[in-house]
Amino acid sequence: MSAYALEMRNQLVGLFGIVERNVYLTKRYFLWDLAFMVWTIANTLTIVFIARAAHLPPGRENTLATMLLVGATIWAFLGIIFEFMTETVAWERWEGTIEYTFMAPLSRLVHLFGQGAFAVLYGLIRAAILFFAVAAFIGIHAPKANYGAALALLALASLSFIGVGIMTSVLPLISPEKGAQLGFVAQGVMLVVSGVYYQVNVMPEWMQWIAKISPATYAIRGDRNSIVHGAGLAWADVWPLLIIAVLATPIGLAIFRVGERHAKRHGKLKRSG
Amino acid sequence: MSTLAPSTIDLASRPDRQAPAVEVRDLRKTFRRRDRKAGRFARKRPWPALADVTFTIARGECVAILGQNGSGKSTLVRLLSTLLINDGGEARIFGHDAFKEASTIRRLVNRVSVEASFFKKMSAAENLSYAARFYGMTPSQTRVDIPQILAKVGFPPERRGESMENLSRGMQQKVALARALLTSPVLLLLDEPTTGLDPRSKLEVQEFIRQVRTEHDATILLCTHDMGEAEALADRIGLLDRGRLLFLEPVEDVKRRFGVETLEEAFFAATGREFENEGQDEDDEYREVFA
Repeated sequence: MSAYALEMRNQLVGLFGIVERNVYLTKRYFLWDLAFMVWTIANTLTIVFIARAAHLPPGRENTLATMLLVGATIWAFLGIIFEFMTETVAWERWEGTIEYTFMAPLSRLVHLFGQGAFAVLYGLIRAAILFFAVAAFIGIHAPKANYGAALALLALASLSFIGVGIMTSVLPLISPEKGAQLGFVAQGVMLVVSGVYYQVNVMPEWMQWIAKISPATYAIRGDRNSIVHGAGLAWADVWPLLIIAVLATPIGLAIFRVGERHAKRHGKLKRSG
Repeated sequence: MSTLAPSTIDLASRPDRQAPAVEVRDLRKTFRRRDRKAGRFARKRPWPALADVTFTIARGECVAILGQNGSGKSTLVRLLSTLLINDGGEARIFGHDAFKEASTIRRLVNRVSVEASFFKKMSAAENLSYAARFYGMTPSQTRVDIPQILAKVGFPPERRGESMENLSRGMQQKVALARALLTSPVLLLLDEPTTGLDPRSKLEVQEFIRQVRTEHDATILLCTHDMGEAEALADRIGLLDRGRLLFLEPVEDVKRRFGVETLEEAFFAATGREFENEGQDEDDEYREVFA
């Protein structure tokens, strides 16, 4: 095996290791996950019941409920990706393994991408449970839904979300005490401008400009069209996601490298507690 | 009072393939910390953690660096394991620059620190698998290697699946040693590996370090404040005091040079302070935070 092939093999094994570790942790914290799932379903119900309270004709009520549900589901999905990415450093710092992970011969791209890959898989499972549980509870009908197109768009958007997540994952590295909270601020800003429960055009114009660079805008818009109207993949949603996906990961990685260098210079790459 | 040769060689330019395991020359690391007593808005002061440290370790050698808390031992280990960037000087491991060739160094080095550092809810076997994957070890390899290495450190097989949080400190430290050895490092950095262990666990860990040396042909840098441990395990002993390496010699040479019987007396002769009197000085309190 050539040196290059061997290195590629080792990096892939390392990526598997990150995913495998998260599977172990998910198993060990299963009851926490269950509690969090119940909380997310309850929280989503409070949002989707707004459609009932609007006293619309049944068809329009169903459409509004579906639109709210799609927004809430993508919010939950994104929340999981951001949580995993932003907490990448914070978890390892808290457990005390951060120094061992950062001195291992695993490329930072593979390390962070592995974390993102698990977050996407885990997030998709949770989002699917959330969507169908709430739809069944409220009695939402989506006879035209094109789930294949919705899933494909979400998969494409996930690449962008991982890239943006890599940018935010640097925050706990630079600021061990406040970094994770700043990551949640970034997540909140992204979702506010992306039209999670409303159309983007109801926001002030300056917010609509920010919405254009948020991958969530295109994921939510495209998935709503697929679930409510049965639309296929729309190029208008695909090309912005492709561009953001191509740009976000290298930019995120470059930002992370600068942060890692800063942490190594100032002695911040160490366990806490 | 350094007994080390002044720096005359540019290490990067030397092409030999038989480079020593570790070459450190004029290595410096300074942190900036705010003086706690001076208030929240006081300016940060530079705190030198390592000051112009120079030494060499031959392949297969075991060297112990002694020093009190905050003397710079952990900073030295973290610099050599690519977790810190130097402010000056250089460090080479088997001829590779520790700061410019970090990815190469990471394949050669592993470490055991004073804290066992594991995912507490995961078992010993799961934690070892996680660490091994980073070094390219597949599940089929670790299925065989992990039970073997755990048996070697005397870890009971029936407790392999138990959460780390249920294991004693001594057990956890054995798993930490197993983790370091699983990846077959050629340089093993041991940062106070027996601190806080009961006497029996301490002896077991020390015996295992001896075994590693003879069976794995590894070079070992042992940082400790246990003088007995240093004397029992190391070929040469160095003394790091407030970031400065005062000497690095075989223990008998140290005693002869200072005309003393014990390393404690040698420490007193070299520094004018008792080894036990840690944290007496205003600076020591700050040094312990980051060194």
